[in-house]
Amino acid sequence: MADLTTNIGKLVMKNPVMTASGTFGYGEEFADFIDLSRLGGIIVKGTTLKRREGNPYPRMAETPSGMINAVGLQNKGVDYFVEHIYPRIKDTDTNILVNVSGSTIDDYVATAECINALDKIPAIELNISCPNVKEGGMAFGTSCTSAANVVAAVRKAYDKTLIVKLSPNVTNIAEIAKAVEDAGADSVSLINTLMGMAIDAEKRKPLISTITGGLSGACVKPIALRMVWQVAKAVKIPVVGLGGIMNATDAIEFFLAGASAIEIGTANFIDPTVTIKVIDGINDYLERHGFKSIRDIVGALETA
Amino acid sequence: MDSSNPCTTLQKDMRKYLLDLTVNSNERLNGNYILMKFTSEERLPDMLPGQFAEIRVDGSTTTFLRRPISIHFVDRATNELWFLIQLVGDGTRKLAELKKGDKLNVMLPLGNGFSMPTSAQEELLLVGGGVGTAPLLMLGAVLRNLGYAPTFLLGARSKKDLLQLDAFETYGQTFVTTEDATFGEKGFVTNHTILQQKKFDKIYTCGPTPMMKAVAAYAAKNGIDCEVSLENKMACGLGACLCCVTETQEGHKCVCSDGPVFNIKDLKWQI
Repeated sequence: MADLTTNIGKLVMKNPVMTASGTFGYGEEFADFIDLSRLGGIIVKGTTLKRREGNPYPRMAETPSGMINAVGLQNKGVDYFVEHIYPRIKDTDTNILVNVSGSTIDDYVATAECINALDKIPAIELNISCPNVKEGGMAFGTSCTSAANVVAAVRKAYDKTLIVKLSPNVTNIAEIAKAVEDAGADSVSLINTLMGMAIDAEKRKPLISTITGGLSGACVKPIALRMVWQVAKAVKIPVVGLGGIMNATDAIEFFLAGASAIEIGTANFIDPTVTIKVIDGINDYLERHGFKSIRDIVGALETA
Repeated sequence: MDSSNPCTTLQKDMRKYLLDLTVNSNERLNGNYILMKFTSEERLPDMLPGQFAEIRVDGSTTTFLRRPISIHFVDRATNELWFLIQLVGDGTRKLAELKKGDKLNVMLPLGNGFSMPTSAQEELLLVGGGVGTAPLLMLGAVLRNLGYAPTFLLGARSKKDLLQLDAFETYGQTFVTTEDATFGEKGFVTNHTILQQKKFDKIYTCGPTPMMKAVAAYAAKNGIDCEVSLENKMACGLGACLCCVTETQEGHKCVCSDGPVFNIKDLKWQI
């Protein structure tokens, strides 16, 4: 066995494979298919201060090698999470991270404070990149100043590992990453979904209720890889890579581009056991190429 | 055909499986539909009427996600699982090409099926439209095994869209409507004379949404308990992605994990 242990800030993981928020529920939904304790971490559904009903149906359209969603952060609010969901999942033998979202800086801070008090949640992923909500969300993640402001405010209220999830819907993602690093983030994760659109030509109507939505799946991988590469060169904090990872080879590409850990999202919908296959496949790759540790291939892309 | 009585199982506690099933037969029906029968070396998992499977279609460039398919029937005597599928796109055409011995990856059983009648409910009407009749065969078989005499009312555009009539007739009296009068009574299911002749205590329905809404309106007007099976577009099938929601009295609920079967009193349909 190669050494797959990975650290992101103070977060210690048995391997670098996590599940992306919004694609794996609270882990329980997949417990019939895989041993959850084998995962490096589970990032649970985007959580906001107050309950959100999300956007009207239809919220999803299949697209070539991917899908567009506009769920709109449907969740029962952080109090419900603390009272009802956390007790159920806290003893899962893996890292449980909460994806925190909000419409205002005060919302983000208040939600992060609630999560900070939970012993078994070692890290949060701050979502400043959701394209499917009218207020906040991605608006925070598309300018350096607003991204830095929300991260600095949450940093003061949250003392465990703070990962900030970046939007790809920007001109220069490396600048945003640097601003977030300077504001106190322990890590950045990227990419969230790309703004996209799907149309029913016969009906001359959009395929989802919000007209535009977030594109994910295999089709976004080349963009995600490019952005991970750019950001990893620009910041000193560890980068968590995601976007279109469908198998172990895809994951290896993200490590080579500079990611220290990865998240698997949309692929969970097609194969509920994909995470385990990726973990095993990473180990096989490392052994096959004679690497002792996953750390040996982070940013190991040979460009000369 | 033999279907076990699964009604004592608690649906929420049912274990889900990811299986490679083997094609036993793949029969073309009326040109545009297929009846696929699958088997496994192991005993097929417990499944309830109204539950569904998420199937993976390999080798189709336009099919990225799994496809939710109703469980049409489980034959315990032959250890067979049946799917009834309408050929609509590239993915279903790939399914039509599968031959005996080929494998299909399925995730099942998913969702919550139809609830069994209460002790006061005796006359049961099962209303299906087009390929939406699929789950009603297993439901009818289970009800028959429990001692009920279910009535089927099946509607279609035309005679060529009526499926599995012989199989339905095995389990109960079967009435038919077609929109073009090529078989049975002309019109929609809600125009059928059986609705005037007989009083039903519970209605189960699956089919196109406009048909289910018309059936639900009939049930609501006559004070009849009514369950509908929805087929919203879905991704995960497990209640994780929250894509397939429908509006209920308690807010958005996932069709895949809270449904696909809902009682009409829990939905916010304008009927």
